[in-house]
Amino acid sequence: MLSDITLGQYLPGNSVLHRMDPRVKLILTFACIVFIFVAGNFWSLLLMAALAVGGMILSGVPVGQYLKSLRAIIVIVVFTSVLNLFYGSGDLLFKLGVMEIRTGGVLNSVFIAIRIVSLILFSTILTFTTSPTQLTDALERIMKPLSVFHVKVHEIAMMMTIALRFVPTLLEETDKIMSAQKARGADMESGGLMQRAKALIPILIPLFVSSFRRAYDLAMAMECRCYHGGEGRTKMKSLHVAGLDVWSCCVTGVFFAAVIVSNIFLPAFL
Amino acid sequence: MPAVLETKNLTFTYGGNGPFRKTAVSDVNISIEKGEFIGVIGHTGSGKSTLIQQLNGLLRPTSGTVLLNGKDIWADPKKIRQVRFQVGMVFQYPEHQLFEETVFRDICFGPGNMGLDQEEIKRRAYEAADFVGLRRELLEKSPFELSGGEKRRAAIAGVIAMDPDVLILDEPTAGLDPHGRDVLLAQIQNYHQRRKNTILLVSHSMEDIARVADRILVMNHGKAAMLDETEKVFARGDELEQMGLRVPQITKIMQILQRDGYPVGSGVLTLEQAIRQLAPLLKSRGCIHAE
Amino acid sequence: MEYLQAQNVSFSYDTEEGADPVQVLRGVSMGIRKGEFVALLGHNGSGKSTMAKHFNAMLLPSGGRVYVDGLDTLDESLKYEIRRRVGLVLQNPDNQLVASIVEEDVAFGPENLGVPPEEIRRRVDDALKAVDMYEFRMHAPYKLSGGQKQRIAIAGIIAMEPDCIVLDEPTAMLDPRGRTEVLDTIRKLNREKGITIVLITHYMDEAVLADRVIVMDSGEILTQGTPREVFSQVQLLKKHKLDVPQATELVFQLKAMGCNLPDGILNEEECAAALELLLGKPG
Repeated sequence: MLSDITLGQYLPGNSVLHRMDPRVKLILTFACIVFIFVAGNFWSLLLMAALAVGGMILSGVPVGQYLKSLRAIIVIVVFTSVLNLFYGSGDLLFKLGVMEIRTGGVLNSVFIAIRIVSLILFSTILTFTTSPTQLTDALERIMKPLSVFHVKVHEIAMMMTIALRFVPTLLEETDKIMSAQKARGADMESGGLMQRAKALIPILIPLFVSSFRRAYDLAMAMECRCYHGGEGRTKMKSLHVAGLDVWSCCVTGVFFAAVIVSNIFLPAFL
Repeated sequence: MPAVLETKNLTFTYGGNGPFRKTAVSDVNISIEKGEFIGVIGHTGSGKSTLIQQLNGLLRPTSGTVLLNGKDIWADPKKIRQVRFQVGMVFQYPEHQLFEETVFRDICFGPGNMGLDQEEIKRRAYEAADFVGLRRELLEKSPFELSGGEKRRAAIAGVIAMDPDVLILDEPTAGLDPHGRDVLLAQIQNYHQRRKNTILLVSHSMEDIARVADRILVMNHGKAAMLDETEKVFARGDELEQMGLRVPQITKIMQILQRDGYPVGSGVLTLEQAIRQLAPLLKSRGCIHAE
Repeated sequence: MEYLQAQNVSFSYDTEEGADPVQVLRGVSMGIRKGEFVALLGHNGSGKSTMAKHFNAMLLPSGGRVYVDGLDTLDESLKYEIRRRVGLVLQNPDNQLVASIVEEDVAFGPENLGVPPEEIRRRVDDALKAVDMYEFRMHAPYKLSGGQKQRIAIAGIIAMEPDCIVLDEPTAMLDPRGRTEVLDTIRKLNREKGITIVLITHYMDEAVLADRVIVMDSGEILTQGTPREVFSQVQLLKKHKLDVPQATELVFQLKAMGCNLPDGILNEEECAAALELLLGKPG
């Protein structure tokens, strides 16, 4: 069923990473992703990979869950790695027609593979240990300074919250409308592209209409609950940076420094 | 009478083979005769929705078969659309499926998908609109301009217009006010009497079921707990209560009287029946002071 | 003045240019005391939902006045004061929850009111306990049943610590179990917390639970009184397309045949008891 798809993949828990301030987690994840690209040689990249594995362990989420999320992008990893096999200099290892595989290519493709996998791991650690609401909340607070430039930070965050809340509801609704139209003989499985696009109309229009109806209801419910924008609003869950967050920043900082040092002083390849 | 719809060991499991799989319908064997009006009851999660969606091929059974006029509906999966034309399904809140520019075109959607010629499509659409009492001038309006009750009836007309042999209605009166509910129920009854086709009506209202059903199918924990004549099912009030269901208020009153030793029946379904039984009893005891 | 006071309220709206405005309420006056449980009954289009939305300034009267705890709803500056006092629960349980976690949704109201964080925490926990949904506080609303979602919506209102809750057909989309859950919750809040309840419904068996029933028809009050008083007027109710519990109607019809039965029978037990009393010993 469509409604089985959930946005984000938050796995509730009480690990060190779960307890961290979402703002700090968001910023650190972003920094880690930047440093994966900063890492210019195997040594520095392996440092970042080690940091990712460390995060995995600290998150307390079973490794199987991570493998599952990696499975989704395995095609991309293989594709880019294979593509990279053919680029690079060095000793010739294999030749088939114009295709040549050289040692440089092999190293390149391994490098790229590690890079993509670490990238996914960092973002997965964040989504596994942080609920979507925490994420929007963190985003709202990080972007707060932007309101000086008339960016409607609160409104953006509220829209994200509502979107997250209604995605499963609308998916379920889509399911129902599809069934109802199929029961009236709508054919969605056969025909050419145009025909298939046309077959979507009986689904999209009711979905639109119902979204507007829901929006109207929700707006009314929000007004009944005294919603009047971000001004004078408080939050039940206040965020505060604790010792834990300072420590994790320090540890990550050390890794970043090591990456820069190894970038400068160690050779590009093993 | 030959069975129009029959299930053999019908079982449906959600979630494939995963750890969260849940058997929603298990080993259901029922047989429904042509022209019957069946009431389907069961609390939420009893498997009744999953059951009816298998009857018209929207869900494919995990195991077991559904026989329509003696033929397995999944014998040729490519022809499953034909089955959906023969077993019409009106979902809960069917007005949410309206999408065309006019009510009339929306009613034509189903028969149009059947590949009928234009004349026949129109004839059926008008006939269906008549069955649900939609005035002609409403047919050229946008479905979104109609009132709630009219939308509901337009959506039901869209399924009736396919002229199905079996019509399944999942809580067609949900959310309507008492008057709207009575009118719609009467229209469905009238449609059944004139068309002489088979109807399955899912409802939480025992009073409604008592009014219209010849037989009742009771679903409980994914199993067909009872399938019997309406009087006989409602006579088993205690068992129904254990399943989180009740009997119509009037039936309950008569059951209390019977339990306390008064000579009345236990399967009384309507007010008229109750009065027919009570009147002579009251008269014989001199309780009626007719002027 | 009563806690909720409607004085000669009329309400109309325009549909299209040139056409006559649609008159929904025609001079309705009613008062609802603090702590009272009132059911507002009527078929669709009777004006009962429109009336309900006047009680928290979601709609403003075109004529007449509505006072909430003495505050005039026409005074724009009192809008949030009024909405804090009178919460409104809507029909569709899916469309009134804002957040994707139960407790965060319940916190939405007090957050808007600028209540300090620790106080919100306490209110949210209390509200969830009051509707018996505390153990679901970390769940996602879309995975709950209709009755559970509706109770969360009620908790979201309670967290604002209102004096009164108006519920606009809160059970219309629920199954019997969900209906019972919601009604039990409403009665408990009325009895234990003294919250004033205005329940809009078209189910007679729900109206029976109230202290007072007000029946509306074509934008006017048709009749009002205790459930017994109202439901003994079987002919009036039927004439205005309202249905009557079968027990009440049975007694009504038997009385019409000349039986000596009491007025205002509301449920099957009362009905059976009255019949047995009349019939004397069985056998």
